[in-house]
Amino acid sequence: MNKLILGRYFPGDSWIHMLDPRSKLLACIYFIFVLFLANNWQTYVLLWIFTLFVMYLSGVSFKTYLLGVRPLIWLILFTVLLQILFTSGGTIYIDWGPITISEFGLTNGVFIFCRFVMIVFVSTVVTLTTKPIDLTDGINSLLRPLRALKVPVDELALMLSISLRFIPNLLDETQKVMDAQRARGTEFGEGSLLKQMKTLVPVLLPLFVSSLNRAEELANAMEVRGYQSGEKRSTFRKLTWQKRDTLCLLLMLVLTVGLAVFRADGSILH
Amino acid sequence: MAMEVNFENVSADYQLGPIRSPLVLHSVDVRIESGSYTAVIGYTGAGKSSLLKAMNGLLLPKEGQITVGDLVIKPDKNKHALKSIRKRVGMVFQFPESQLFAETVEKDICFGPMNFGVSKDEAKEIAKHVVEQVGLTQDILTKSPFSLSGGQKRRIAIAGILAMQPDILVLDEPGAGLDPNGRKEIMDLIASWHKDRGMTTVLVTHDMEDVVTYADRVIVMEKGQIVLHDYVEKVFANQQQLEKWHLDVPDARRFQLNFEKKTGIVLPKVCLTIEDLADAFIEVGLA
Repeated sequence: MNKLILGRYFPGDSWIHMLDPRSKLLACIYFIFVLFLANNWQTYVLLWIFTLFVMYLSGVSFKTYLLGVRPLIWLILFTVLLQILFTSGGTIYIDWGPITISEFGLTNGVFIFCRFVMIVFVSTVVTLTTKPIDLTDGINSLLRPLRALKVPVDELALMLSISLRFIPNLLDETQKVMDAQRARGTEFGEGSLLKQMKTLVPVLLPLFVSSLNRAEELANAMEVRGYQSGEKRSTFRKLTWQKRDTLCLLLMLVLTVGLAVFRADGSILH
Repeated sequence: MAMEVNFENVSADYQLGPIRSPLVLHSVDVRIESGSYTAVIGYTGAGKSSLLKAMNGLLLPKEGQITVGDLVIKPDKNKHALKSIRKRVGMVFQFPESQLFAETVEKDICFGPMNFGVSKDEAKEIAKHVVEQVGLTQDILTKSPFSLSGGQKRRIAIAGILAMQPDILVLDEPGAGLDPNGRKEIMDLIASWHKDRGMTTVLVTHDMEDVVTYADRVIVMEKGQIVLHDYVEKVFANQQQLEKWHLDVPDARRFQLNFEKKTGIVLPKVCLTIEDLADAFIEVGLA
């Protein structure tokens, strides 16, 4: 449980740590889109160079990123397997009726694997180098135009920051309840799947109860301090867009151009 | 049957992903005698809870070994062996009511024993027995644990541990967050269990009155190390040591020291409880 890297912040003062959360978020989302431009090994090599460069810049050890991929590894491998087995075309190596292992299937599998891992790596860079509170400020600021459409942006951002804020508490508490049930003879991760699922009830139920209690306490604490939804709010932390943020977005543009040049058919449109 | 716990040069830390915490236990060497009632005191973060967890195999040592009776906890201990240790060592966590989960009190109490292979009927018999021992009546067994008051929940949670019939009972501040009466009742209950069953009891507490009223030995911890382990009377008799480790003195002892300073009359022994004081006053002919 405590091996979960997603949503954890690693303090530091790297170039990436210093970026504005908005530019990091935009760049990350843009990267995920631009990933789909890659369609041959040259473009994938380019993307890998970019990803590894960004990871290096963040100053967080490579091992940490691997831990971030670990919980998703089965999902990734499953998708890759489907790709390999059900894509046909090119030289066929093995043929079992509807299931074939072909040249196209294998390359597609490798590409999908790279895509997945790169998405995880790059988004982990963002979450590892940005304080959760800055992240929500960034999201709040990026979603601001939606206010015109009567979307309760501030409330959504508040909900997000509250949930992020309580992740560490919830993890601590999970650990504590698991320890308590272990002391009462529960063995986690043992026996059949059904048996393992049964061991989760004594953990999840106390967590639900305490979360509900805490939510009520928090709501009361906010109310007695005069919190009102729908009110115009000012912020304590101001986000400032700096030169490096513009540079970050320019870098994304350079990457796009690079991808366009090295793509198989040389144009952005298929 | 009581058991002894032996720490031999135990060091331990917590591993959080790639981050290793500094050592929470630092070459701990201690022998907790069979049938003793030991109070563990020290500041927050001194390693008191870690010491308890280590006895239960919830925190594995990085170096050294812990023996519980004839069972050994080593750094590379496998999971199944830990289970037999956990059966022997009943652990009551801080705010144990947060571990209640079942629909009825009975099911919750039966959870522990059944995990350790006791049959359902037998577990139910035990449940009937233990609720009475924690000072509740049997009609509570059919109620939902979530409908009970804070003090009742605490008792049920402790009953859930006692139902496992451990030889060693380790408790992390069992009285925390209860009103003074509830506190005293819980502490008395533990003391009577300790006496009746001849259990080895280890208690983490912040309250010096608890230490002097219930325990016979004291362990003082600081920065993951045991700095003092002795009989209660000896620890509180040594004023220099108390000051060195910034320990509070119980009310009765403080009264005695003040009294001796102001009147010049020296009482014949170190008084830790009000009863001690009364006896001492009678002895010197002041009452």
